[in-house]
Amino acid sequence: MALTQELISEFDELKTHYPESQAALIPALHRCQEDLGGWLSPDIIEAVAAYFGMEPVEVFSVASFYPMFFLKPVGKHIVSICRNISCDLRGSDELVARACELTGAKPGQNSADGKIYLETVECQGGCANAPMMVVDGTYHEDLVADDVNKILGGLA
Amino acid sequence: MSHETYLLSRMDREDSHTLKGYQAQGGYKVFEKVLKEGMTPLDVTEEVKASGLRGRGGAGFPTGLKWSFMPDPEKDTRTRYMAVNADESEPGTCKDRVIMREDPHGLVEGCLLAAHAMRLDAVYIYVRGEYRLPYDRVFAAIAEARKAGLVGQNILGSDFSCEIHMHKGAGAYICGEETGLMESLEGKRGHPRPKPPFPAGFGLWGQPTTVNNVETIFNVPFILERGAEWFRGMGNEKSPGNFLCGISGHVEKPGVYELPLGMPARQVLEEYAGGVWKGRQLKAWIPGGSSTGFLKPDAIDTPMDHDSLKAAGSMFGTGAMIMLDDQASVVKSALVLMNFYDHESCGQCSQCREGTQWLSQIFQRLYDGGGRTEDIQLLTDLANGMAPGKTICALSDAAAIPTHSVVRNFKEELELYVQHGGHQGVLAARKLEGVGA
Repeated sequence: MALTQELISEFDELKTHYPESQAALIPALHRCQEDLGGWLSPDIIEAVAAYFGMEPVEVFSVASFYPMFFLKPVGKHIVSICRNISCDLRGSDELVARACELTGAKPGQNSADGKIYLETVECQGGCANAPMMVVDGTYHEDLVADDVNKILGGLA
Repeated sequence: MSHETYLLSRMDREDSHTLKGYQAQGGYKVFEKVLKEGMTPLDVTEEVKASGLRGRGGAGFPTGLKWSFMPDPEKDTRTRYMAVNADESEPGTCKDRVIMREDPHGLVEGCLLAAHAMRLDAVYIYVRGEYRLPYDRVFAAIAEARKAGLVGQNILGSDFSCEIHMHKGAGAYICGEETGLMESLEGKRGHPRPKPPFPAGFGLWGQPTTVNNVETIFNVPFILERGAEWFRGMGNEKSPGNFLCGISGHVEKPGVYELPLGMPARQVLEEYAGGVWKGRQLKAWIPGGSSTGFLKPDAIDTPMDHDSLKAAGSMFGTGAMIMLDDQASVVKSALVLMNFYDHESCGQCSQCREGTQWLSQIFQRLYDGGGRTEDIQLLTDLANGMAPGKTICALSDAAAIPTHSVVRNFKEELELYVQHGGHQGVLAARKLEGVGA
């Protein structure tokens, strides 16, 4: 897959922020994931590597270190439920159970219709409003299990 | 609230995150004054030193002293950087997010003052990838400030220039460790570097670099505006100023409160957080984020400051209090934390890579019912092998400290989990005794 001209222009600008271009790699991978189908396919990794003058395996090594990068296809919507201590103390297990029930997926899987990718994540910094989940980058806080029905039900 | 507040003081306005809202409340005045009245970089650093400000990111290192480690630019002409650590991800910690979301210009002004003091060429604000709204707010604030001539070349017509760039992380706890952060910012895996060399000598791209937490930098404009003496009037002698206290877990009113350092933890719990929820009693608490360990209720009168918590066998950390009620399972919470450290270990050091995994497995079998009496000693032995100072960074310590604290302070609960065959067994036994749910 080739990078779009729009992305290339963005990366050209991003690189000017740093004395060495590789520093733009992680922000660039974010943009690829956002614009090019929600995950970093081997084709994208190769295209990004070519852009940065790196080996694909070097880019893969970086991408695979960071939990926010998906290296396999994921659903259109990313549902991330925090399971760390503050959320756990206030019932995140129930949110996870409800989300599993509703999607038919276990954490780390896509729903049967492929629409939703469900994952549990480490602390998202929503501790004072626990339990919480993030849906497509938006924080939902102070939740009870029934809120999960509403939030997931609202996803097109 | 009887004490003076400043950190959260500007956030009531609807437009507190905009340049207009910030300037309407006196924003950028102190930076302009410093620049126009010719306050030298050394003057600024000395004022910060005199204030006694300590880093709010976890270690509590004196900020002015850290700044003074940067080499003399007359003798060392390399490019100079600051990285602002906005990778807030220590479990329980949710304060920097508030600053970035509600008062991003305060952070930008702090960056400018730090840039003047350390004669920086550029500042990078490394924000964890999940913080989308806080990132967007700071990004917009920098753009507004740039347009107003406050960021970039020849700021406000002076010969002072400084670039501020945003940088987005991608969800790794270890990138909150300062050298892991620098590696990540350079576009690599977030593997912490051995120290020395320290960042001031060899930081980003091998150049002199200082890494400061968001809340630390956010304090700087207030100190310059109102003076070190004013700052020392809050908190206590060795830990002056206010701090943003995130309190979470089993309390009636979890939240982020602005409190003077040194306030007794009991007062935070009872007066601000509304006490333990549901009329229950306190069983355990963590004073400063997950790495600072589980304390017993008998330590609840400890003042929330660096030295007092150290004396109580813990740490101030990020000032993030996590409270557990009398029906909570310390074993479960320890398991949750060890799963976290296992997941987040970067894998460079075997003590940490293997140790966190083993700790997680042992807590898992204690919880599930396969725990053995000798597991309790094994937890201690493992933690002793992991810390202190046995690895490149402190993540290994961060797993060992809570482990030690559980064995030291909640040994009876561990024994109960062995005796009754795990969590379900413990619940059943409690029911028989008519205690708890």
